[in-house]
Amino acid sequence: MISPRAVSIENVSHRYGKRQALDQVSLAIDPGEIFVFLGPNGGGKSTLFRLLSTLMSLQQGEISILGHGVRSHKQQVRQQLGVVFQMPSLDKKLTVLENIYQQAALYGVTGQTLHDRTELLLSKLELADRRHDIVEDLSGGLRRRVELAKGMLHSPKVLLLDEPSTGLDPAARQAMWRYLEFLRSDQGVTVVLTSHLLEEAEKADRIAILDQGKLVALDTPDALKESIGGDTITIRTRQPQGLIERLQTELNLAATEVSEFVRLETEDGPGTIRAIMQVASDQVDAITLAKPSLEDVFIHMTGRQFTEEVKP
Amino acid sequence: MTSEAMPHPSPVAAAMSLCRREIVRFLRQRNRIIGAIGQPIIFWLLFGTGLSGVFKASGQGGGDESFTVYFFPGTLLLIVLFTAIFATISIIEDRNEGFLQSVLVSPIPRWSMVLGKVLGGTILAVGQAMLFLLLSFFVGITLSVGQFLAIFAILVVAAVGLTSLGFWLAWRMDSTQGFHAVMNLLLMPMWLLSGAFFPIPANDAITSTGQWVLSWVMTLNPVTYALGAIRRIMHAETAPSFLGGEATGDYWLPGVGLGVTITVLFAVVMFALACQAAKKTRRGDWI
Repeated sequence: MISPRAVSIENVSHRYGKRQALDQVSLAIDPGEIFVFLGPNGGGKSTLFRLLSTLMSLQQGEISILGHGVRSHKQQVRQQLGVVFQMPSLDKKLTVLENIYQQAALYGVTGQTLHDRTELLLSKLELADRRHDIVEDLSGGLRRRVELAKGMLHSPKVLLLDEPSTGLDPAARQAMWRYLEFLRSDQGVTVVLTSHLLEEAEKADRIAILDQGKLVALDTPDALKESIGGDTITIRTRQPQGLIERLQTELNLAATEVSEFVRLETEDGPGTIRAIMQVASDQVDAITLAKPSLEDVFIHMTGRQFTEEVKP
Repeated sequence: MTSEAMPHPSPVAAAMSLCRREIVRFLRQRNRIIGAIGQPIIFWLLFGTGLSGVFKASGQGGGDESFTVYFFPGTLLLIVLFTAIFATISIIEDRNEGFLQSVLVSPIPRWSMVLGKVLGGTILAVGQAMLFLLLSFFVGITLSVGQFLAIFAILVVAAVGLTSLGFWLAWRMDSTQGFHAVMNLLLMPMWLLSGAFFPIPANDAITSTGQWVLSWVMTLNPVTYALGAIRRIMHAETAPSFLGGEATGDYWLPGVGLGVTITVLFAVVMFALACQAAKKTRRGDWI
């Protein structure tokens, strides 16, 4: 028997009224992967999260989690999934422990298992001495850890997290990633998260870039960066269009304007910079050379900067 | 298969846990306790003493008994209604604060979620009503253990019905403001027109179209029947005048059998409607 994919998404489209939030997205996630859905706000990742978490019903296409279709086997899917929402899902009037017991009742975790899981999670997430604190009194970082404990309580095989870094300071973010990596290596949990942070996506095994509802790229972070190859040159100038024309006519270089910067990809970074400075130094305010980043991948795929708002 | 190894939740245990959560939350919000107990008592004292003169003058009370006594069963139901309303408003808070999301993606069936909410609301509502019922001894209403238990049972069923109604209404709402409108337009009139405040005109005594409409609305109001049953039980051994002047033929009051039957039916139907509504995915499920 072939072990099923952790997550399989086939031709999924979704609309909110007239707006197409997801457009024919297909991909598969293997068991034990740490997988990031990366995209700007409005890219479609939240919609995909809602569909994967079974919060929202599928309109078109198929999604299955560990071989169970979300349409036909909602119950099994819900059983297998751990879900951590971006918006807090804790009851603020209850203590940490009461929140965990509430979650336990929803997933049927009882008796010795409940006791063991609670102790393990509380110590692993360094919450043991806060167990009797009312959630209202906890900091954002601590609350996020309780959310994680809640999501992992029933030992799900697939953990789904929506923008888990939101509101976390860098130290807390690192701690969270250490925990996610531990889950994967120690228990073989498939970790699927959404993020709009490029540096976060670097830590994933594979990334899917979603833009305007479409899957624009799907690979490991390194492969994505290599795919655009060479170096990236970014020039700050007062007249981007003038410079672009000049580079085209005088150096035969294809450059594009991205958020008022002139940007081009090249095999030989240093050589190209020398050439540009020889012919157009008067127009260059600043020039930088960099190895491609995920941001460059995104620009390469979409022609826009990652943080740029999509105009409807 | 991995799915067999996963624990399965018991819908009843999940409902009990959600129900306990309602009670713990209630006890941790002192202003809710004060509001829920204080308001009906103030209502009862103000209206009871304020209107007793009018009540006596119109001869509805019969003898010397005051409006405070007539108004007592109505106040009991008012407490149940208010608490049921506050308990179900919490579904809107659960939604807006995010707690509901984790319930919605959990493997428990939706009826289990509704049961938790309704049971929690019912326990809070009836608990407070029973505290108030103890006051009856101070206003000269004497109840036997049997009467006490019968009233308790009717209040429980009425609370299940009203909490389910509240759930059904609140499920589709995104703001508590919206619920306040519903409360003023539907829930308060349901209480006012239940015979809690003034008796239901009997068919033979109707003299105007207004009275005719009023009588019909009051007859169709399910709360009328819970109130009728409680009023009859409460005053079974005391002056019949408290049955709302029924003796004179001017007013109508449902019998205990009819009252209990309609109250039970109302609870069953509302609970089913609430479960049905909760099954549907709606926009506010995600934030």
